[in-house]
Amino acid sequence: MEDVDISIQTSALNHYFGTGEARKQALFDIDLQIERGSFIVMVGPSGSGKTTLLTLLGCLREIQEGSVTLLGQELRNATAAQNVRMRRRLGFIFQAHNLHQSLTAQQNVLMGLQVKGHLNQALSDKAAAHVLSLLGLAERLDYLPANLSGGQKQRVAIGRALVGNPDVVLADEPTAALDWETAAKVVDLLKQLGQARGTTTMMVTHDNRILDRADRILTLEDGRLVGDEDRRS
Amino acid sequence: MSRLLARLLGRLPIGWLQLVHQRGRFAAALSGVAFANVLVFVQIGLMSSMGASTLRPYEFFQGDILISAADANTLTDGGNVARQWLLQALADPDVVDGMGVFVAMVPWDRGETDISLTTFGIDPFRTNFLAPEIAADVDVLQLKDAAILDRLARGLTREEAAAIRLQTPLSFETQGRTLTAYDTFAGGGGFGGDGYLLVSDQTFLSLFPARSSGAPDHILLQLRPGAEPDAVADRLKLLIADSTLRIRSYADAMDEEVRFQQTQRPTGVIFGFGVLIGVLVGIVIVFQVLSADVADHLREYATFKAMGYGQGFFLGVVIEEAVILGVLGFIPGVIAGWGILTLMATVTTLPLFISFEMAVIVFVGTVVFSALSGMIATRRLAAADPADLF
Repeated sequence: MEDVDISIQTSALNHYFGTGEARKQALFDIDLQIERGSFIVMVGPSGSGKTTLLTLLGCLREIQEGSVTLLGQELRNATAAQNVRMRRRLGFIFQAHNLHQSLTAQQNVLMGLQVKGHLNQALSDKAAAHVLSLLGLAERLDYLPANLSGGQKQRVAIGRALVGNPDVVLADEPTAALDWETAAKVVDLLKQLGQARGTTTMMVTHDNRILDRADRILTLEDGRLVGDEDRRS
Repeated sequence: MSRLLARLLGRLPIGWLQLVHQRGRFAAALSGVAFANVLVFVQIGLMSSMGASTLRPYEFFQGDILISAADANTLTDGGNVARQWLLQALADPDVVDGMGVFVAMVPWDRGETDISLTTFGIDPFRTNFLAPEIAADVDVLQLKDAAILDRLARGLTREEAAAIRLQTPLSFETQGRTLTAYDTFAGGGGFGGDGYLLVSDQTFLSLFPARSSGAPDHILLQLRPGAEPDAVADRLKLLIADSTLRIRSYADAMDEEVRFQQTQRPTGVIFGFGVLIGVLVGIVIVFQVLSADVADHLREYATFKAMGYGQGFFLGVVIEEAVILGVLGFIPGVIAGWGILTLMATVTTLPLFISFEMAVIVFVGTVVFSALSGMIATRRLAAADPADLF
């Protein structure tokens, strides 16, 4: 496999929480190679290390042991500024929508574009409106989060993560608040982005229906990678 | 407003949107900033008025050098100066003329209200030592027990003051004598007295028989054109045998008295503290508002951090809020401050007002201190850990 096709690579990745006697290992020797444009689903029981792995891949925690190469850049010993720059190439979808309550749906989505620098306002507005319309929210552009349902809020959060055309999307139970029809739309959108732009998606989910659409399913248990099923073949 | 700010900032005006999202809190914050502004304006107004009213009596005279007793921190304080030093000073080739000035407080029983007038005893023949508007009317002081009265003195009605003329003078008793005011001049009440009175040195000495013509309170000197007052003052310090005397240029005497009034007198110190308290109240209010705002949006800020927004962005948002609070809070603050000072000026006859310079200083101070409060408030952002979002 060519290096250029690999979005995420981890090697002997260990992670610990706490210090001294309270120190607890959360991840054990994670070795992974994720192909660019693939749609990866990560499963496993609570406390198995899925979220910890997601935060390490998202440059939100420091790499303690082992190596993580994300989009060709080694994250171990990366500076805070390098991490910030890298995060701008990622799209995060959290379990909670975390929308800014003072901003409209369109403005919340714009935040995903604005982080990339000063952009043409009219074009940015159009791009944000387009993403929201793809997510079925064309009529809700000027709504504040307080006036949106839980599912609509989550779709705005998804739009915010996708509007900047990220290279990697890291998602934690993004479809938990959505009905199956909408959830399927979101998954299809992510897969389309993978095919069209090479966007890699790493999604934690407990929704079995989504497993059927995954290119690859990783299973974590007690901090160890115990399953790696490639479903494309 | 949002569009204008977006153009100015080159990004979504998140600070503005956050503020207007919670209108009640926004209004309370603006009221707080306005209140702090009013405090500062009133105290600065009082301080500035103290400076203006302190300098007012100096404006009655024209001189280049003032010789006063060692303990004469103000025009009305301190001991006497022997007239012989006036003669000694005239020995300097640059000193062309001199005049002794007597000062004392004179009570005036006005029935319901007693007022106290700062009274200057001057030589009515030396009109060159008086401001032109006073010099023009000073001839009457050659009459026995004649006076020129401050028409802006507290307790004197406008009608009463307007009626005072040579043909219709106003007589009143003080110090066991009857003084007659034949004319008026514009003085004004100050912090030390309710107004001013000008009499001749002879009338002054009859009002205060214990005082001696050979010992005025101050000696005022005039120099030949082009002479340097500071240099002459230095020479006079060597020439005059009494080394305890304060010999300084007239301008320095004015500066020293203002400084003394504002930093040594309890009222000046109190006003100074008032300004400080106003500034501190403003800082605390803005800090509290912004700090609470940051705490309320911690999770949203953590999300932005995860998305790749750096510390500069958050600092920009909080400073944006601080500047908006500072600017919008200033407007009601300056209006209320102006209203209060105008009311106080009417009641006290003190020169209380908001000058353009004062408004600019308070505005810049408000914005700077608001921004400073905002910067301190961003320290809470450290608690926004994006890793906790998952």
